[in-house]
Amino acid sequence: MLRTRLLFEKTGRAQYISHLDLLRTFQRVFLRAGIRLRHTEGFNPHPYLSFALPLPVGSESLCELLDFDLAEDIDLGALPARLNAKMPEGIRAVKAYRPETKFADLAYIRVEGAFFYDAGVPGGTVDKLAALFREKTLVISKKSKKGFVDFDIAPCVQSILFTPEGFDRLAVRAVITAQNPALNPENLVAAVRTHLPSCTPDFASFKRLEVLRRDNNVFR
Amino acid sequence: MDKRLERILPKVQKPARYTGGEYGQTVKDLSTVDTRVALCFPDTYEIGMSNLGMRILYGLANRMSGVWCERVFAPWGDMEEALRCASIGLYGLESGDPVRNFDIVAFSLGYEMAYTNVLNMLDLMGLPMRASERKDLTPLVIAGGTCAYNPEPMADFIDLFIIGEGEEVNGEVIGAYRAAKKSGLSKNEFLEQASRIGGVYVPSLYDVAYNGDGTVADIVPREGAPFPVVKRIAEDFDAAYFPEETIVPSTEIVHDRVVLELFRGCIRACRFCQAGYTYRPVRARGADRLVGCGVKALESAGYEEITLSSLSTSDYKELLPLCDGLLDWCEPRNISLSLPSLRADNFSMDLMSRVQKVRKTGLTFAPEAGSQRLRDAINKNVTEDDLIETCRVAFEGGWSSVKLYFMLGLPTETDEDVLAIAALAGKVLHTWKQYASNKARGVRITVSTSCFVPKPDTPFQWEAQVTPEEYQRRVELLRGAMRTRAITYNWHSPETSLIEAVLARGDRRIGAVLERVVKDGGRLDAWEEYFSFERWMNAFQACGLNPAFYAHRERPCGECFPWRAVSAGVDEAYLWGERNAAYKNEITPDCRAGCTGCGASALLKGGACDA
Repeated sequence: MLRTRLLFEKTGRAQYISHLDLLRTFQRVFLRAGIRLRHTEGFNPHPYLSFALPLPVGSESLCELLDFDLAEDIDLGALPARLNAKMPEGIRAVKAYRPETKFADLAYIRVEGAFFYDAGVPGGTVDKLAALFREKTLVISKKSKKGFVDFDIAPCVQSILFTPEGFDRLAVRAVITAQNPALNPENLVAAVRTHLPSCTPDFASFKRLEVLRRDNNVFR
Repeated sequence: MDKRLERILPKVQKPARYTGGEYGQTVKDLSTVDTRVALCFPDTYEIGMSNLGMRILYGLANRMSGVWCERVFAPWGDMEEALRCASIGLYGLESGDPVRNFDIVAFSLGYEMAYTNVLNMLDLMGLPMRASERKDLTPLVIAGGTCAYNPEPMADFIDLFIIGEGEEVNGEVIGAYRAAKKSGLSKNEFLEQASRIGGVYVPSLYDVAYNGDGTVADIVPREGAPFPVVKRIAEDFDAAYFPEETIVPSTEIVHDRVVLELFRGCIRACRFCQAGYTYRPVRARGADRLVGCGVKALESAGYEEITLSSLSTSDYKELLPLCDGLLDWCEPRNISLSLPSLRADNFSMDLMSRVQKVRKTGLTFAPEAGSQRLRDAINKNVTEDDLIETCRVAFEGGWSSVKLYFMLGLPTETDEDVLAIAALAGKVLHTWKQYASNKARGVRITVSTSCFVPKPDTPFQWEAQVTPEEYQRRVELLRGAMRTRAITYNWHSPETSLIEAVLARGDRRIGAVLERVVKDGGRLDAWEEYFSFERWMNAFQACGLNPAFYAHRERPCGECFPWRAVSAGVDEAYLWGERNAAYKNEITPDCRAGCTGCGASALLKGGACDA
């Protein structure tokens, strides 16, 4: 079996492509590039495609991972360029390789983002936010299939740093859990809205920079 | 991307339809572009991107050097609200630039219920809706498509209509515009000049006079404008452009597959069908070219499905070789081939088994009427025996789902005809019981009815539509006659059909109604969640117009129709003859059995109609 992993970026206009649509998009990119994938057996054969961590719509990423099985042994060095020739704008294959790790060993994501305050960052916000995220518990109300449930995000934030960037925005750098449970960066905003309403940003955006192992080294 | 959009997009449903950036879009270097065209589809992205015509016209316009054509669709309600709230004008998907700064804003009119979207989109662009309020040459607002065969309800809003197929004439209009812009012509000077281009209808150059009873008395061209404007066609359809390299949406659309257009026109002459008359004469592509186009399109898009499209696909002369050629390529690649709009009469078992090899989909038939008498009257030459025989073959082959489409309110329809629909559905069920190869799976028979809408350029253009109350009575009659659980009955609302009927045969005065509806918040009227019958009725009242005059009135022979200045190429006398044949339950054989002299072949300079 020619299990292969692709490291790719999803930025710009492509950040609005949903997870399901991304799956469909990749199926077509492989077909366009003439790269044959091994299909599942059964009534409705389809290629096996597995994304490491679903990326929320409206977030960019430089470190997405996709596993698939090639149907034939091809030059992996040339694979990213072949795919990139057939990609929609904003998705860029970086590297293809034989994986030696399992997605289950993904522990953390390093993200950067920004909190926007259109009327200017309220005084003392950086300190208040820093204090907030030092709390031992940080419970937010999260929508689940069963309705709203309490979710303590404190254990999901390994580190977080706020830095002023101009008068109307704070840069946010954080390391958050990737799974079990995963933290959607939007939950950081929800925590502020819940516990520090006066510091709630008007808008926040995030970008994944790197995926990490439990020992905080880069996951590949 | 506009920073303000970055805040909006995460909050709206399916944001990928508002971003552009798909594989296959055309992006040009602005320093090489002198004419920017916004190709606008007045419905959502998912509908518009499924439209083959859009893809053809987009590809052709972008082949012109110096011209950059971008796409614009109607935003869904949440996006519209967000755009208005942030004062962001409608923009071209490719560049993100506001459409109000473009040269040409071109709308595709495929469905009357989308008219309000056209007005709303103009408003979202920041442009005045009324043509008379847009004084400058730029931006020029043009429109074409099937609905343009009666341009009158939209005449107040559109500077110039293109009648017929756009393959050739669009380029001519763009060319004339470029020349006019270069030499600094005024809008009126340009429009007068453009009206000399074949297939171009400039509504402001025609004066309409009305009789006391509200009917049109006369339509008089000014400044030497042609009368009538005869539609344009792609004469050599075999060689006509097919978009082998096209845009592949990054989000799911309605028809998410390669659409291969086999031929234009139809040999059948179903008397209710506007497309059946307005797409004439018949022009086909060769099977070899089609296989080549299909394979190239599949390869370049990476789609896993291809479908054949035409008004009556099973009438394509080379259908078997075409299917074989496509399947030879598709089967080893797990690509499926689907065949829509097959007629029950010549749906061969051979063909069905070929398609079945790849994927088994549900069967859909449109007998349109329940009784043979009424099917003869509307010239839908499908017999009950054909339909039952086809169902038998299908059930034996393992199919277990059949959809049957009918219209209620067809001219000459009686209660007996309505009840015959129930009887026909019952016979299909009985056939399943007798022949199904796998009864354990059960059967699903779906009967759908819609309210007949008389359309211009058909033999029924003189007919009255039944009232919503009468339609509802017939629905109840039919519902009472189909009580078994195996048959599901769906019926469309007659209220939408009533508005559609008014717009289809409306005159210029209807423009005021459209404007009123849009100002009252009307848009996305093809969508149940947005359509408001009350809003339309209020608008008619406010404008002093009676919808019944347009929908429920039978027109006498010789009445001056509002669309008289536009010709689809089929003689009115021929249509009237067909109308009389309907009342005598007389069928007209298909064009392949012999030319019936509709007049459309005169549109072909050289050859004859390829029926």
